[in-house]
Amino acid sequence: MHSHESHIQNFSILMQLILVLPFFISLISYIVAVYYSNQHKKSWSHLRTVSWILGHLCAIITLIGPFAELTHINFSAHMVGHLLLGMLAPLLIALAAPVTLLLRTIPVKMARPISRILRNSYFSFVRNPIIASILNLGGLWLLYTTPLFNMMHESSLLFILIHVHIFLAGYLFTIAFIYIDPTPHQQSYIFRSIVLLVALTAHSILSKYIYAHPPSHVPTEQAELGAMIMYYGGDAIEIGLVYLLFYQWFKKTRGPLSTKFIPSS
Amino acid sequence: MYEEKKHKHENRYQYGQQNLWTGLLFGLGVVAFIDEVIFHQLLHWHHFYDKSTANIGLVSDGLFHAFSFFATIGSAFLLADLHRNHGFWVKRWLGGIFLGAGVFQLYDGIIQHKFMRLHQIRYNVEILPYDLVWNVLAAILIIIGIVLLIQTNHQKY
Repeated sequence: MHSHESHIQNFSILMQLILVLPFFISLISYIVAVYYSNQHKKSWSHLRTVSWILGHLCAIITLIGPFAELTHINFSAHMVGHLLLGMLAPLLIALAAPVTLLLRTIPVKMARPISRILRNSYFSFVRNPIIASILNLGGLWLLYTTPLFNMMHESSLLFILIHVHIFLAGYLFTIAFIYIDPTPHQQSYIFRSIVLLVALTAHSILSKYIYAHPPSHVPTEQAELGAMIMYYGGDAIEIGLVYLLFYQWFKKTRGPLSTKFIPSS
Repeated sequence: MYEEKKHKHENRYQYGQQNLWTGLLFGLGVVAFIDEVIFHQLLHWHHFYDKSTANIGLVSDGLFHAFSFFATIGSAFLLADLHRNHGFWVKRWLGGIFLGAGVFQLYDGIIQHKFMRLHQIRYNVEILPYDLVWNVLAAILIIIGIVLLIQTNHQKY
């Protein structure tokens, strides 16, 4: 119980605000950009705006308020937070096509250098599905199988860094597989499917590993419930990812025979 | 009426392979889903984790767990693609389903339950009859699948 009290003491309101502030700024910027660009371009999809708002809500409730505080003392709640911040929020935010919105909102003169930056080799490198998977899943394996999980609750700086990493790696992972925004250096569908399969396998294995070997100081029943939340809750979001990937593949592919098809009489 | 129906599947012989794979993947995904819903969630016979599980068992479970929804979703799109190309062949597709379902059931019953000791079918009972029914059922599914596939394994009428 001692460790729980120290968690609460370390959990300052300042830390919550630092984590949540970028999300508030990006939430408002997006809405302003939609309003501004709608003045002289065709209307921006409402679905994308809704997706952006929902994605930000997922992240914000995980980082500030009563649920955020619960994630510090309860491992099952922590896992729900992991699903929201690291998986669902990145997916919803990626679906909102923020780069497309940015490029259509700013003047062409400014858009050119930005798209040049996005094409540079660093972004192509981290966006490679293998690298993105290592950053995402590798980070999770480190967090849950080393003392890092307990150190995170002792140090505010570490807590902030890890949460920023969880979100950014989750976003990178999503856009490495699902191309919504303009994507330079695209990878083939078969390659992305195989890497995604391996990455989701690693996620399932890690959940069962946590079930059997919980991080220290985590009570057994919380660890077991948390592991099952990670395993099955992860599935729900992963099914969405796989669906989107295959849907894009399906739309891109036209069977060779369909063009040659001549109705026989 | 008959003409129209025939017209919709007139490319099926060119798509024999794809019909087979579409069924195979769907069969595999469906059995994994039934396993999860009935034996894990409803009956609670299977355990989420068994203390005797070998590490390779965790890897195998994780891989097949992820692969099962890959296969289900992928096969749904492959099926849509077959219809799009007028190449759907129901008998060959069913053959694939039976074969895929049986192969996974057998893999689960022999390799995962017995060799990797992932978990047993049921706990605190005489396990032999359960294992026998499980694996004999798998063999029957495989045989039905193979028969259907042989019957549809010709190039032309």
